[in-house]
Amino acid sequence: MNLINLILIPAIPLAVFLVLGIFSHKIKPAVSGVVGVAGLATSTLLSFYTAWQYFFVLGKLDGVYQTFVEKITWMQFTESLHIDMGVLIDPISVMMLIVVSTISLMVHIYSRGYMKGDDGYTRFFAYLSLFTFSMYGLVLATNLFQIYIFWELVGVSSFLLIGYYYTKTSAIAAAKKAFIVTRFADFGFLIGIFIIGFYTNTFDFQTLNDPQGPAILTWASSSFMGLSVITWALILIFMGGAGKSAMFPLHIWLPDAMEGPTPVSALIHAATMVVAGVYLVARLFPMFYMVEDGFALNIVAYVGAFSALFAAIIAITQTDIKRVLAFSTMSQLGYMMMSLGVSGFDGHEGVGYMASMFHLFTHAMFKALLFLGAGSVIHAVHSNYLKDMGGLRKYMPVTNITFLIAALAIAGVPPLAGFWSKDEILVAAYENSQFLYGIGVFVAGLTAFYMFRIYFGIFWGKETNYKHAPHESPFSMTLPLMILAILSIGAGFIPFSEFVTADKAGFATHINLELAAIAIVAGLLGIVLAWIFYKKENDLAFRFSNAFGRFYTWTSHKFYFDEIYLFIARRIFFQSVAAPIAKFDKKIVDGTMEGIGNQTVVVSRKIKGMQSGKVQDYAFGFIGGVVILALVFIYIWTN
Amino acid sequence: MIPGVSITEILTLTSILFFIGVYGFITRKNLISILISVELILNSSVVNFVVINKYLYPEMLQGMVYSIFIIAVAAAETALAVAIIINIYRRLSSVEVRETETMKY
Repeated sequence: MNLINLILIPAIPLAVFLVLGIFSHKIKPAVSGVVGVAGLATSTLLSFYTAWQYFFVLGKLDGVYQTFVEKITWMQFTESLHIDMGVLIDPISVMMLIVVSTISLMVHIYSRGYMKGDDGYTRFFAYLSLFTFSMYGLVLATNLFQIYIFWELVGVSSFLLIGYYYTKTSAIAAAKKAFIVTRFADFGFLIGIFIIGFYTNTFDFQTLNDPQGPAILTWASSSFMGLSVITWALILIFMGGAGKSAMFPLHIWLPDAMEGPTPVSALIHAATMVVAGVYLVARLFPMFYMVEDGFALNIVAYVGAFSALFAAIIAITQTDIKRVLAFSTMSQLGYMMMSLGVSGFDGHEGVGYMASMFHLFTHAMFKALLFLGAGSVIHAVHSNYLKDMGGLRKYMPVTNITFLIAALAIAGVPPLAGFWSKDEILVAAYENSQFLYGIGVFVAGLTAFYMFRIYFGIFWGKETNYKHAPHESPFSMTLPLMILAILSIGAGFIPFSEFVTADKAGFATHINLELAAIAIVAGLLGIVLAWIFYKKENDLAFRFSNAFGRFYTWTSHKFYFDEIYLFIARRIFFQSVAAPIAKFDKKIVDGTMEGIGNQTVVVSRKIKGMQSGKVQDYAFGFIGGVVILALVFIYIWTN
Repeated sequence: MIPGVSITEILTLTSILFFIGVYGFITRKNLISILISVELILNSSVVNFVVINKYLYPEMLQGMVYSIFIIAVAAAETALAVAIIINIYRRLSSVEVRETETMKY
């Protein structure tokens, strides 16, 4: 593989970030947009070239994709324990390169239209470049520490972009919330890394994932509370992944993150950064699978399945279209986690792993399209809320068609992209556990329902009285929509199982007709229900929600998780833990020190009268002391 | 080595010199006199150094060198003390040691 190419892929966005960031006040917006897009287009071309070389020319040896690593030692701790910096090329990192560069390029082009006239236009592009650089670094990382460094960098870029409208209080609160929640999760990740470093003496992915390596061979040698230490480390690492991928119960930041500009939501909070958690589990998949018979992997599966169901239920009741999409993202990420969790390793056993990566790929395309479409709608009506929309299909034909394509894709209607990947996930779940399969099918139905609820709500239904007639977005915004629509249709036909598999060998997949039929029926049922409820103005939905009563209220308040967390933070943590500790610090620690000082002052006030100010007195005291000492010493020496 | 003079005699002389200095230091009221008394104390110790060096270790020079050090330090100290005394005189129009009591705490 060509090392210069690989290094240029992240280096170009970094250079663009530095240039735009340092000269942000001197560069004209028109120039900065072109620089951003041109830089990223170059990176994208290099990524595609790398992918082509890897998958079709150089990557395969005896039918198995090889892993290429180029690295330099950065910090040496012991003989075997060192932190490296480098690039790692294997099927999933190449696949992620394509996802990141494609979506990022589309978002860059789209932002030139969406952000036009904004004061921080150049700053926005600088942040986007910083994010893209960090994401490339994360994808190409060769060891746990390198991935952690870039992991935090994407967290920072996400923080900066959510808080992009920094004059808005809610945006700042959302940015802080996202940063603190993910940071809390990353704390677990860091401890996991330390445990792994301590017990296996390596951070390197290849050594860790090697079935003959120290991590997998010796996991049973040390245990803690009934589980292997390595399993604990993997669970902690998954905690970091769950934070970034908004898995239950660390999901609360994702809906609020929608305060950021919509292109950012499409890039970071739908297609790339939030899949970092899935990518992390996939990166360590052999470890997850082989240590303690996949105990940690089962946790991944059930957390994923629960998050998928939980988020899909909440998504039905939300009225902010971006929040619906956010919960939809969470739900689909849950799908990917579940799929990884139920996967085996060799050959066709590894269908879950393949399906998860496949779904990551297709989901990136259609979810970015959904967000960009939603952004186009928001751009036209200046509101996020469903009640301010309706009947827009006449005004915005391109957005309408592309949004419909994306909605059909996520609903799993053949032959669009979502159908193929979702079908593979359901097959994998079916082979592992009927229960998870049932959840999967139910969530598929729910997904179709809530997605068409907002589709009909935006583009059909009763027309709202618009102040200005809405109009179609400019070409710079519709072009990415059209490209992504084509990708959403076509991405499903890629024979993914030949390229990206757990054992890197490739296998052939066949459509399981019965399971596919069940999934399609579930999806169509959701669409038809949404059609009945929301296509024409009627009170069916209202009566239905009333029938659910309290459950509906709970759901529309996202099961009160924000409130529970606030309660835990404020009432329990601040009042019962932090406040007493602060009191201890003020009263006892500070009190001791201040007391000593005050006592010194009091005592010295009392005894200062002993100073006469007469030099002779002092001299007399001094000489008298010397004489006494002399006598004492003479007495000692003479005895 | 001085012929006919023993070390005991010289040490007695320096001891007398020393205690004259101490007595003067404690009893004099004029700052200049106190300073002169301090010089007496210093000079007695300088003579001590020289004599002990000469009588006990005639082939070495440490005592001599040390006495030169003390003379240098004494000169510096005197210059400083005189400067302080001149300042006190300017402020208080007096070099009586009692007047300086106003400077306590």
